[in-house]
Amino acid sequence: MRASTALGSAPRIFSSTTTIVYLVFFVVLLLSTVIAASAGRSFFTQGNISVLLTSTTVLGFVSIGQTLVILVGSLDLSVPFLVSIASVLSAGVMAGQSANMASGIATALITTTLIGLVNGLLVGFVKINGFIATLSVGLIVSGYLFSNYRGSTGKAAPALASLGEASIGFVPVMTIIMFLCLVATVALLAKTRVGLHIYAVGGDPAVARMSGIHNAVPIIVTHSLSGLFAGIAGLVIVARLGVGSPGVGEQGGYDLLSIAAVVLGGAVLAGGRGSLWGSLGGILIFATLDSVMGIMQLNPYLKDVVRGLIIIMAVAVYARSSIPRTTFRFPVASEGRRASVSTARGEL
Amino acid sequence: MTTSISRYNTAPLPMRVRVLRSFATPGGAIYLLLAALLIALILYNPGLAAPDQLMRFIGRTAPVAIVAAGQYFVIVSGELDLSMAAVIAAQVVLAGNLIGQNAARILPVVLLMIGLGAAVGLVNGVITTLLKVPSFIATLGTSLAISGLTFYATGGAPSGNPVNSFRAIGRDGFENVPILGFLPYSVVVLMALVVLAAWLMRKPFGRTLIAAGDNPVATSLSGASVWWLRTRAFILSSLASTVAAVLLVGYAGVSPVVGDGYDFAAITAVVLGGVALSGGRGWLMSAVAAAFALEVLFSLLSFVGVASTWRPAVQGAIILVALGAPLIRWRRRAFSASPGIPVASPAPSPGEEVSA
Amino acid sequence: MKLVFALQARGISKSFFGYPALSNVDLDIRRGEVHGLVGENGAGKSTLMKILAGVYAKDSGFVRLNGEEVDFSHPVQAYKAGISTVFQEFNLIAERTVAENIFLGREPRVHGFVSRREMTRRTEALFDTLGVDSINPAVRVRQLSVAQQQIVEIAKALSYEPRIISMDEPTSALADHEVELLYGIISRLTARGVSILYVSHRMREIFDLCDRITVLKDGQLVATHDAAELTEQELVRLMVGRSLSALFPPVAPGTTVGEVALELEHAGNGLVDDVSLVLRRGEIVGMAGLQGSGRTEVLEGISGAAPFTRGFLRLNGERALIRRPKQAIRKGIAHITEDRKATGLTLNQSVMDNALAVIRSTQPSKAGKARHRANQLFLELELAARGPDQEIKFLSGGNQQKVVLAKWLLAEPRIILLDEPTRGIDVGARHALYSVIRSLAAAGHAILMVSSELPEVIGMADRILVMKDGRLAAELPLGSSEEAILQAASGVSASEVAA
Repeated sequence: MRASTALGSAPRIFSSTTTIVYLVFFVVLLLSTVIAASAGRSFFTQGNISVLLTSTTVLGFVSIGQTLVILVGSLDLSVPFLVSIASVLSAGVMAGQSANMASGIATALITTTLIGLVNGLLVGFVKINGFIATLSVGLIVSGYLFSNYRGSTGKAAPALASLGEASIGFVPVMTIIMFLCLVATVALLAKTRVGLHIYAVGGDPAVARMSGIHNAVPIIVTHSLSGLFAGIAGLVIVARLGVGSPGVGEQGGYDLLSIAAVVLGGAVLAGGRGSLWGSLGGILIFATLDSVMGIMQLNPYLKDVVRGLIIIMAVAVYARSSIPRTTFRFPVASEGRRASVSTARGEL
Repeated sequence: MTTSISRYNTAPLPMRVRVLRSFATPGGAIYLLLAALLIALILYNPGLAAPDQLMRFIGRTAPVAIVAAGQYFVIVSGELDLSMAAVIAAQVVLAGNLIGQNAARILPVVLLMIGLGAAVGLVNGVITTLLKVPSFIATLGTSLAISGLTFYATGGAPSGNPVNSFRAIGRDGFENVPILGFLPYSVVVLMALVVLAAWLMRKPFGRTLIAAGDNPVATSLSGASVWWLRTRAFILSSLASTVAAVLLVGYAGVSPVVGDGYDFAAITAVVLGGVALSGGRGWLMSAVAAAFALEVLFSLLSFVGVASTWRPAVQGAIILVALGAPLIRWRRRAFSASPGIPVASPAPSPGEEVSA
Repeated sequence: MKLVFALQARGISKSFFGYPALSNVDLDIRRGEVHGLVGENGAGKSTLMKILAGVYAKDSGFVRLNGEEVDFSHPVQAYKAGISTVFQEFNLIAERTVAENIFLGREPRVHGFVSRREMTRRTEALFDTLGVDSINPAVRVRQLSVAQQQIVEIAKALSYEPRIISMDEPTSALADHEVELLYGIISRLTARGVSILYVSHRMREIFDLCDRITVLKDGQLVATHDAAELTEQELVRLMVGRSLSALFPPVAPGTTVGEVALELEHAGNGLVDDVSLVLRRGEIVGMAGLQGSGRTEVLEGISGAAPFTRGFLRLNGERALIRRPKQAIRKGIAHITEDRKATGLTLNQSVMDNALAVIRSTQPSKAGKARHRANQLFLELELAARGPDQEIKFLSGGNQQKVVLAKWLLAEPRIILLDEPTRGIDVGARHALYSVIRSLAAAGHAILMVSSELPEVIGMADRILVMKDGRLAAELPLGSSEEAILQAASGVSASEVAA
């Protein structure tokens, strides 16, 4: 009898979460156009599109990493500090010299990737909860930042700065690079073993282990990549601002925003389900909202209020509508699992 | 799995035995750590040994201790409150601007602040429990909204200067008190709140709150409404932030960044006090003691010449060590002691809390 | 020389926390045979299977696979050696595709990249072997029916090219026509020389499928027989046939069955349907049924943990609406759940905190006085614990159960729902619990007791209700046999057995 209820497959409409994300995005875009028009302004000016894409870029890089980490069932709250440390290190090493560009970039990215690796080791091997481990690592990094830097520091290499301003048509080059990174990561998830194992470990660590996967490996890989992408986001900021700043990541609120974008993109916070295309949709939604708030000349502080409310609403809607993640093949499977832990006899 | 074969003894263990045993647990060991740190601090700064100086020191640490006590309620129930810094800042700005130089407004404004604090806690609680938004996202979200409003109201700069009689709550005290010499009002407030909190934790509410953090399913099957328990914990936490704000107006002034770092300080204190981040374990008094220990540690560090900007880093390291060290030891023991543990036993997922 | 036996296990023993689950069991599986493994709950079937699968490490004995001794410390080793297992628990990742699940951990690669085409091709080949063509390898497991998921599990097992596939209750969630499909798959596998170790409660399947049958009881080998030599009745007798001894205390003096305390009329929800039953004061009603037959769900419906959405519930003749546990508790219902650690206890809290949990939640003003009463109860129940402050996780299972009982008794219930009250509790402590249950009945409580252990149901209950597929299948009187209960629960009609 219960078997028959489980027989019914999930409603079709839920199987393409990403489609819904983009539908929402277009609705938001449409509303934004209307709102802008009602105030006598145009949403689709070249300038505005550029601004929109630019604000997509930084959050985009961070969110690629955050998506990976969330897929594996962890979280990365150290990203704002990694963005900051990448910005001060790269700007510091470059010191305005194009000759130092490569070493500046390398210093920043190696540092953030290594910090990501530390996150991964803490979560994957020491098995500290991902949220609290990355938060603590972030705090340590922030201590370093504010003890060694006061205000903006260093100077971007001119080559980097011009790359930051360059665009093909109205699409900034940085946005294109972000998009290429996203495509590469999509390929990683779909075409490599570790990519598939990221989903598997996030989906059900016990089943993954039973299949011979070393669960720590995908966890460490995703955290390291999250560090790398946060570092790239820091470089983008340096390219745009021309200087590094120890507080730039925190001001951006990239931890909460990236998590929100990923969740808005249809990923499940517990892991195992979600896609980078969905996350991109989530980022676009946030960027559009930001952009329309800019057009309406909303006070920047009130923008935060709107963002906070949207994040809560979005997560609440997803928490309500998402179908149960685990379907039980057997009506008793859930009991069986619990019982097998507690029953001394080990017999169901 | 030790099986006790002793007869049930209805009398609780003698206090002396309980205290001695507790020193072997993280929650008890924190008192030893606190004592050691205090002694070290006094060696560095013998002036602190004077009762009035010590009282002033405790008075300065009162806001952190109060916030830690508030966070304790939330953490022990299995959630996390990351909106404390924003609430402190909002309340400080509110007090600064509404009270102004009119002492008659103190009482109504304080009542308003308390009402507002309770409302923020209620919102946090309802979003977390009924809307099922994970508490760290819910509270970070409300925190973003609240601090956005605060900055909007102040334009980001320090503003408002409440009347001195209000600021006195945070910085003055009773003079010429026997033995102590000087007793800051903030210490009195802290003591009163700690006694109140400790009393709450012994009441059915507190015991059920811990139970809900330990095993929400079993607690709900025992007839409790877990959502309302947790929501009340959030309310207590926001109220604690509100009180901390009243004290902070005294010596920190009115600025929208005055609360910065308080949520992490509170979480660090709670973790250092041996309270399980997954909920259901730990003592209130240990969290408060850990808050003091932290403050003493930071004073010590500043004597040694470590800049205060390292504070977050020290907190992060403390959290990692406090959580990580027992985990490593625990796992080694589990594998060697019982070979019968199934190889494929469901292990904690990466995102799962393992209570230390 | 070609070996007759695909697998030989000798003297396998295993105990958990000092409690023996298997002792000195032998098992021989021939090439290409379907070997049935039967026994009651707790007989040791799953433990034996999990040892063969590398999930548990055996304490002693040895296993020979094709004549070579093997010893597994990880499930993957067993797969690679040629023993695949289809576990009863869910062992697929719902959000991944069929092909990804089958090749999880050893995805085929071309030039270093995972080749979905190759994965799909191999998956289709596996389905061909099984004679299945209805499953798309690219679809997510979540979207499959229960039967299809079962086939995916078998395909995954087959993908390791095993010599033996063990299946734990593979039909427990399948409809009749799906069982036919499974039969077809099994005959194809055996035709390829694969041996099947088949664990099931269902007599019909055992006799339809198996060439030989091994019977376990209480962790020990009873016998291995050719299926043709046995009748169903003989097999059931081999499985049960245990003296009830003096384990179950007699009905306590002064016990009288009184008026109706609780009545269910056509009660149902998404999990059970059309349940009508009556509980009287002073009466112990047993409830039996296979795993997943809906026993626990009936209790959860009454106690508000998973409330009924249809039908009526009457307490003392008056209709009552119970939507939440709190309402049930205030109306005098206690629900002692099946899984103490997951749903009964707060393990990090003290004995006293656990005992006061219900009273604190439902009548906080009485919590202070209840402390004294709790101490009295502990003494009456002969609780072995250091004192009220001891953390409950350090108590043995039997003593933990006494604390759970005390927790509920403090709320002074009139109706007590017991779900597997003696699970994980050693024999000595069981006897004490049975006496307590008897005396509760004598004190006028109405008791509904779910148990997987038939001797327990028979030894304790005044009447026995049998659940099957979410419905009440039978009501049996005092003195019914284990055979009768098993037949009602597994759907073999009495006439078939008699024939």
